[in-house]
Amino acid sequence: MKIALRQLEGRSPGYWALLAVLAAVSGVGLLAAWTMEHHGHVITGMNNQIVWGIPHVFAVFLVVAASGALNVASMASVFGKTVYKPLAPLSALLAIALLAGGLAVLMLDLGRPDRLIVAMTYYNFKSIFAWNVVLYSGFMGLVVAYLWTMMEHRMNAYSTYAGLAAFVWRLLLTTGTGSIFGFLIGRQAFGSALMGPMFIVYSLSYGLAIFLLVLLAVSRWTQRPLESAMQARLTRLLAVFVACAAYFVLVYHLTNLYFAKQHGLERFLLQGGGLYTRLFWLGQLGLGSLLPLVLLLAPKTRNSRAMLVLAALAVIAGGLAQMYVTIIGSQAWPLQIFPGYEVSSSFYDGVVGSYTPSLPEWLLGIGGVGMTGLIVVLALKWLAFLPQRLDQFPSDAVAGNAH
Amino acid sequence: MTPETSSPCSCGSGDACQDETQKARRGFLGVAAAGLAGIMLAPGVRLIEVAQAAPNPAATPAGASAGASPKVRWGMLVDTSKCTPGCNACVTACQTENGLPTQPGPTDAQWIRKIEIKEIKTGKAHSLPVMCQHCAEPPCVDVCPTGASFKRADGIVLVDKHICIGCRYCVMACPYKARSFVHEPQTQQKPDVPRGMGTVEGCTLCVHKVDKGESPACVQACAAAGYGAIAFGDLNDPNSEISKRVAQYSTRQLREDLRLDPGVRYMGL
Ligand code: SF4
Ligand code: SF4
Repeated sequence: MKIALRQLEGRSPGYWALLAVLAAVSGVGLLAAWTMEHHGHVITGMNNQIVWGIPHVFAVFLVVAASGALNVASMASVFGKTVYKPLAPLSALLAIALLAGGLAVLMLDLGRPDRLIVAMTYYNFKSIFAWNVVLYSGFMGLVVAYLWTMMEHRMNAYSTYAGLAAFVWRLLLTTGTGSIFGFLIGRQAFGSALMGPMFIVYSLSYGLAIFLLVLLAVSRWTQRPLESAMQARLTRLLAVFVACAAYFVLVYHLTNLYFAKQHGLERFLLQGGGLYTRLFWLGQLGLGSLLPLVLLLAPKTRNSRAMLVLAALAVIAGGLAQMYVTIIGSQAWPLQIFPGYEVSSSFYDGVVGSYTPSLPEWLLGIGGVGMTGLIVVLALKWLAFLPQRLDQFPSDAVAGNAH
Repeated sequence: MTPETSSPCSCGSGDACQDETQKARRGFLGVAAAGLAGIMLAPGVRLIEVAQAAPNPAATPAGASAGASPKVRWGMLVDTSKCTPGCNACVTACQTENGLPTQPGPTDAQWIRKIEIKEIKTGKAHSLPVMCQHCAEPPCVDVCPTGASFKRADGIVLVDKHICIGCRYCVMACPYKARSFVHEPQTQQKPDVPRGMGTVEGCTLCVHKVDKGESPACVQACAAAGYGAIAFGDLNDPNSEISKRVAQYSTRQLREDLRLDPGVRYMGL
């Protein structure tokens, strides 16, 4: 079966309005970054106790989601699920856009964003951060090459290889992102080899949730009804990913609870940590895991498109809560320089760090989401990323693949 | 570094691509390349700027440490039995010497601080200064993406303010909370101690004094206050005062379990 890909018409007032909103959000984000650079991070809620704030929450979320957004494409080219093939270009586009948005936030939140050139020319190869720069660039390059093989007819034959390369790379990429935290030996909440694989599992659910939202939006706004079998497949898949992510969270906390030296941290995160505790139970678990699982699996809701949208939104909100707890909660918990001692100092030793994100930080983080959206919306008009119809998909059986 | 931006056409032949795009529909590569160049802020295509931006090699860490001798390992020994609760002489001296804020708030830098500790089981209390421990295996150096955070041949761990991009990864990595990020513009800078908004800093072991053969400001102040609780010297020289005391008494490094081999040691803990 031949798949016809088309670009968006992109002439409706709705399209232009969406474009304008996304451009405005991105613009405000840039303005916020400029203000932060001008006045310094003193206008943020960050301080010397909590040095990575809301921008990192958004940035890491987007970067992790980027690798997960490639799921659908990987399933088509790496795992031979031909049924997903028509959606592969959209999935790859989202991966690029999410990564770009996340990296923009990460970069604009630097103390010296003007030194990007230094970051690009000075490498300490022992630093996992430096490795990540290589991993990000490589991912961009591979996914672009992959898109090329999918969209240029004479290159189609190579798309499996390009897809495989991109798939392997994205596993490395997310392992790298997780290891940014995994390699922090001094911080109790991190310093674990679990961080890499855990981030990969997170990426699967975040990425698919975002992919679903975009797909459903396109389907609705361009009046290309989505085949219900495809919707059902993606619904089941999201449920599996959400369950896997929840499983990893469980293992992470259970291992921590096993080690006596981690009890203080766990009590903080799970019980006495105020906002972090609430975000963990209500945000990460309630909103991010339980609600979507119910919506995606319960017979009453699992076939409803509205409920699928709600579930995807919940996964995203839960994911952001999860990143907040992981990144900020873990910094709020004081470093244990003197285990077994009560400590106090002028530098807030032994004190739970306090952090209230300020407006510019929020705007920068949301600006990154805007940039992601902007790239997607523009790209859809420029190039043929979308199948002409969303109500016909090649079946796996035709390609000789059972599922 | 980013091949996709410097050479967007992975087929390697611009001409071939042009032929391809003669079709009416827009070619994928062109748009993708334009998009990517925008997305990635085109790092690869600004090579001239890169060359200009590269600092003079003599000013880089390698150059700076050329004067430091690898035979030396500077270190400190804090005798907690001599350090007194309530005494802040070392902290004040550090602030004066390095032009740091004297009434630090949450966003201000603190290169050295006094920590009061009390063993939970026994109630035994100590007061002691904690600053950058000048680790032999410094995680702050390992994680720094640009190499701005570096260890001199003589064991002093520093930040090159010209290469620091302010990512704060080193702040996350240091187990001793020894690093501070500069949150706002700085005015009262000392000529010997450059500081800059958006970069990270920490105790330099008063490298500018040490290189002139003096002791760090905190060590001097503690002696002047009559406590003499901090000894400074070359841990590699068996005849130095500090080495002799380390050989004679039992001393501890903080968070020994991490095996970072800090150059600052504590006794009486
Ligand atoms: S104490 Fe912290 S800042 Fe100092 S060398 Fe060790 S890790 Fe680096
Ligand atoms: S803040 Fe500066 S010194 Fe610290 S890791 Fe980043 S670039 Fe290196």
